[in-house]
Amino acid sequence: MKTENPKAWFFVLPVLLLVAFNALVPIMTVVNYSVQETFGNNVFFWQGLDWFEQILRSERFHAALGRQFLFTFLILIIEVPLGVIIALSMPRKGMWVPVCLVLMALPMLIPWNVVGAMWNIFTLPNIGLLGYFLNDVLGISYDMTQDPFAAWVTIITMDVWHWTSLVVLLSYAGLVSIPDAYYQAAKIDGASPWKVFRYIQLPKMKTVLTIAILLRFMDSFNIYTEPFVLTGGGPGNSTTLLSIDLVKIALGQFDLGPAAAMSLIYFAITLLVSWLFYTLMTKDDGQ
Amino acid sequence: MVLTLKDATKSVRGITHIKPTTLKLEPGHFNVLLGQTGSGKTSLIKLMAGLDPLASGQIFMDDQDVSRLSTQKRNISLVHQFFVNYPHMTVFDNIASPLRVAGMAKSEIEGRVQEAADILQLAPMLKRRPQELSGGQQQRCALARAIAKESRAVFLDEPLANLDYKLREELREQLPELFAGRGAVVVYATSEPEEALLLGGKTALMDDGVVTQFGMTAEIYRKPDNLTAARVFSDPPINAASIIKTGQSAHMETGVSWTLEGPAAALPDGPYTVAVRPHHVTPVSASTRDVVMDGTVLVTELSGSESSAHFQLGEDGWVSLAHGVHPYEIGESHRFYMDASQAFYFAPDGRLVA
Repeated sequence: MKTENPKAWFFVLPVLLLVAFNALVPIMTVVNYSVQETFGNNVFFWQGLDWFEQILRSERFHAALGRQFLFTFLILIIEVPLGVIIALSMPRKGMWVPVCLVLMALPMLIPWNVVGAMWNIFTLPNIGLLGYFLNDVLGISYDMTQDPFAAWVTIITMDVWHWTSLVVLLSYAGLVSIPDAYYQAAKIDGASPWKVFRYIQLPKMKTVLTIAILLRFMDSFNIYTEPFVLTGGGPGNSTTLLSIDLVKIALGQFDLGPAAAMSLIYFAITLLVSWLFYTLMTKDDGQ
Repeated sequence: MVLTLKDATKSVRGITHIKPTTLKLEPGHFNVLLGQTGSGKTSLIKLMAGLDPLASGQIFMDDQDVSRLSTQKRNISLVHQFFVNYPHMTVFDNIASPLRVAGMAKSEIEGRVQEAADILQLAPMLKRRPQELSGGQQQRCALARAIAKESRAVFLDEPLANLDYKLREELREQLPELFAGRGAVVVYATSEPEEALLLGGKTALMDDGVVTQFGMTAEIYRKPDNLTAARVFSDPPINAASIIKTGQSAHMETGVSWTLEGPAAALPDGPYTVAVRPHHVTPVSASTRDVVMDGTVLVTELSGSESSAHFQLGEDGWVSLAHGVHPYEIGESHRFYMDASQAFYFAPDGRLVA
């Protein structure tokens, strides 16, 4: 049942104006750049959709986009189950609850560039604690500055370390909101721990997990600071994710037009995938 | 199935919640746990259900010692005071959930759910979710789950407490029929004496974590073992006052006295407690042998066909409950008549002596 009331728009107007100034106007300036060419001095030439075509056809963009999807896919597939498992194993009452919560929140309190710098120093071969330990103590060849695989392992581990807590805290909030009566009912029904998880805990966590997955998707898809500080996109281009590539084009090569076009494509992809996630995860709710 | 408790106790962090309890609960009738809030009814049920561990003692289902058996393996049902249904499942799935866990065949599940839904008039709502049902329907859904399961023991923990008056009466009437002939031990916890009487069967009176008396409901009502039992099994609360027996007569401190008859007359002289149910204290004399009491009216209540008055008699507060409408004025001195032939006499240690 839907009722339309034109007056409602009147009340939404202030928010619309606000959003216009902090989102629409900046986006429009990007749109403006994306269809023109400039050589500085405020001189612009009309390009139409050329930049979009160029970006969409470019091998370099495809590679960065592929790396971006791989990165996001890997961190989601690790952080979401891991976060849920940690949340499930955390105490639900008692004196250890605040201790666990603070420990969990710690990584998220560290500024992003500090996280990148920390992991950079930590993993440098021969001088970093981890690098030294792996190479010189265990004898495993590990050098994230030379070996693309090692670099990937490092940025994934860093992101897992930094952001799993978010999934943990959100899942935990969902878990503690389940009344004891449901656990009792499940016991009486004879349910196994797996069934309790599948039919009681998971449905109760669904809303917060949807938010957690969306946040982790958007954040990881737009990630810049930490890998930039850690690997700078290297070795070679092996960890050059979309945002790093974008900055290289915009500020490194000063190709404002292509960079603007790429930004818009980037934005559209993030929006589209977020919408897909959200629609898929909430599709049974309306019933 | 017979459920037996042998000196079962429960304690949490050194505090005893259930003192050693020995009970033998049988199928075929309701086993009512009657006691006030906090008397340990829910604790005892959780103990029997295996939701809380025993501190000592044993619990048997028939000859099987289930003291250490997990709830999952006891094959029981429990219906709470508040309505517990899985919110994201339909009514059908809710009723079917224990059967699915037990690995029952699909066709049999459907048959059983349909049967339980028919009995509890839930058939048209099987596709809905619990939130879309009224309170009464939600509780019927929880009851249907208990019925469909055909468990060995069914625990009903004040299942009607959160329902409105009409629904409560309706469901209370249906309940004994629902579980009749199923061979399960049915335990029903309530804080209302009236409910215990309406459900019949056997009643265990509970007070402060201990079963003070257990037996046929009507019998316990007629003959409470002790003062606590008499207090628990009376609503409004039973009137009690100290008396001194000398010779054939009983004297209250306020000067009211009467001649003792029957077994009470044969008691040795000394201090006792007399207890009389409110409906044996009336504003109208029914017999010349009634004991006359002049009290000061404190509170009056009119509930349709009955009127009750709380009055002060010496140090004690008394309650009178009588049929019909009686005009009282608060603060006035009013004459009440106690039917002494219906009085219980308790020794100073609380034991019923006459």
